Amino acid sequence: MYRSLEELCRSAEENKISFWEAVARDDCRERQISRQDSFSQMERMYQAMREADEDYDPELRSRSGLVGTDGGRLQAYVDSGQAICGDFMGRVMEKAVKMGESNACMKRIVAAPTAGACGVVPAVFLAMQEKYGFSDEKMTEALYVAAGIGGVIADRAFLAGAQGGCQAEVGSASAMAAGGAAYLRGADARTIAHAAAMALKNLLGLVCDPVAGLVEVPCVKRNAAGAVVALTAADMALAGIRSRIPPDQVIDAMREVGMSMPACVRETGEGGLAATPEGVRCRECLSE
Amino acid sequence: MNILDIVGPVMVGPSSSHTAGAVRIGQTAGRLLGEKVAAADIRLHGSFWATGKGHGTDRAIVAGLLGFAVDDPRIPNSFQEAQRAGMRFVIGSITLLNAHPNSVRLQLTGQSGRTLEVIGSSIGGGRICINEIDGLTANFSGEAPTLVVYNQDKPGCIVKVTRQLEQSKINVATMQVYRDERGGHAVMVIEVDQAVPAGCIAQLEREDGIEKVIYL
Repeated sequence: MYRSLEELCRSAEENKISFWEAVARDDCRERQISRQDSFSQMERMYQAMREADEDYDPELRSRSGLVGTDGGRLQAYVDSGQAICGDFMGRVMEKAVKMGESNACMKRIVAAPTAGACGVVPAVFLAMQEKYGFSDEKMTEALYVAAGIGGVIADRAFLAGAQGGCQAEVGSASAMAAGGAAYLRGADARTIAHAAAMALKNLLGLVCDPVAGLVEVPCVKRNAAGAVVALTAADMALAGIRSRIPPDQVIDAMREVGMSMPACVRETGEGGLAATPEGVRCRECLSE
Repeated sequence: MNILDIVGPVMVGPSSSHTAGAVRIGQTAGRLLGEKVAAADIRLHGSFWATGKGHGTDRAIVAGLLGFAVDDPRIPNSFQEAQRAGMRFVIGSITLLNAHPNSVRLQLTGQSGRTLEVIGSSIGGGRICINEIDGLTANFSGEAPTLVVYNQDKPGCIVKVTRQLEQSKINVATMQVYRDERGGHAVMVIEVDQAVPAGCIAQLEREDGIEKVIYL
C-alpha cells in the first residue's frame, strides 16, 4: 500500500492512470493476484454493503437496548419531505444510521475501515448511486479510491478508536467516502486527495467515548455526521477549494492529535459521554 | 494488511476486535484441536470480559469453535447452534498475567477426548494472535499457512523439519521455537509461504523426536 497520498497521486499522474487504477495495480502487485480477482473481490464488498443496507430491520434493538429503530424513524421523516437537508442528504443520514444500528444488532456489515464506522462509506456511495445511476463497476472503482485513502491513513496514522479516538474511525471513513464521492463526480487525483484531507480536517480531534464501552452510543449517530462531512468536503474540493494544509500533513496531524489524547477518550468507555451521569447509569444498569 | 482489510472484512457486528477477532480465535483454536469440539471452557480476560456481553464476544467465540466464519449470520444464535451440535461450554472470567486486554483462555476437549489449551488475543481490526498453546509460548496470527510442531527438546529436530520443507519447496516466512524446560517438550511455530502437502506433514510425524504436527 502507498505511504502517502502524494506518492499515490504521483503514481497516477506519471502513469497517466486514474487514482483508483493506481490503487488497483498496487493491490495486484502486492497480493500477486490477477486484476480480475482483485476487482471481483472489491465488487463483492460493494454488494455486501448494499445487502446490509437492504437487510436493515427497523424493529430490532441491540442486546443492551441502547440503540435500534432510529433508522426507521429517520426514513419516515425523510419520506415526509420535511428534512431540512433535503431528500438526498436525508437518505445519506438514514442509510448511515441504519448501518450503524445493524452493526450494533449483530447483523452482517462491511468494516470500512472499522465496524464502528461501517455506515459512512456505504451511506455516501449507495445514496450517490441512487441519485446519479452510476454502474456497479463505477462504484467498485470508487471503493478502490476509498481503500487507497484508508490504506495511507493506516500507514501514517491509525484506524482504531483505541489508538487514535473516533477521528481515526469515523474521521478516516469520512475521508475515504469524500475521496470516493469526488471521484464519482469526475475529480482528478489531486482533487480526490484534497476532498479526503478536508473531511479528515473537519473531524480532527473527535474522541472515542462509547457509553458502557459498546459500539452504540454515540457511534451510530456519528456515522451520519461522518457521511455528511464527507459530502461537504467532496463538494468543496470539486468546487476547486484546496486544503491549505497538504493532505499527508493533515493525516500526520490526525496521528499527533490521537497520540496526545488521554486514554479515557480512546475507546475505554471512561471519558466523554461515557463519563456523564447518564452514561455511567447506562453502564451500571447493563452490568447488573 | 491489504486494501481488503481497509474496505472489509464482511463481518457480523458490532466490533472488529470484540466480535470478528473473537470468532477468529475460536476458529483457530478449533483448527488447532483438529477435531470437533465436544466441550469448551471459555475464560474471558480484561476488556473481553468487561464489555464482551454487549459486543457478543461470548457468542462470537462459541461461533468460532463451531467453525463459523466472521460473516456467518448464525453468530448471534451460536449458543443454540452449539446445543444443536452437541457442544457443551461454560463461560467465565479470568485474570491472565501480562495479557493483551482482549484475551481469552480456551480449554477444549475434542470428540475423541483429546484436549487443548489455547490463549489468544484480538489485536485490532479483526486480526488475532495465538499466544500460548498447552502452556507453551507461541506467537502467530493464523493468517498464513502455519505448522505447529511439537517435539522433544533434543538436537536435530529443527533440521528434520526444515529439510522436509525444503524438499517440498516450501519457503519459511517466520519461525519460532519454544520449550518448557531443557530436554523437555518443545514447540516450533512455522509460518510458510506455500501450502504444505499432506504427504509432507505425514512424513514429519514419522520423524524421530517429533511428537505431533498441527497444520493450519
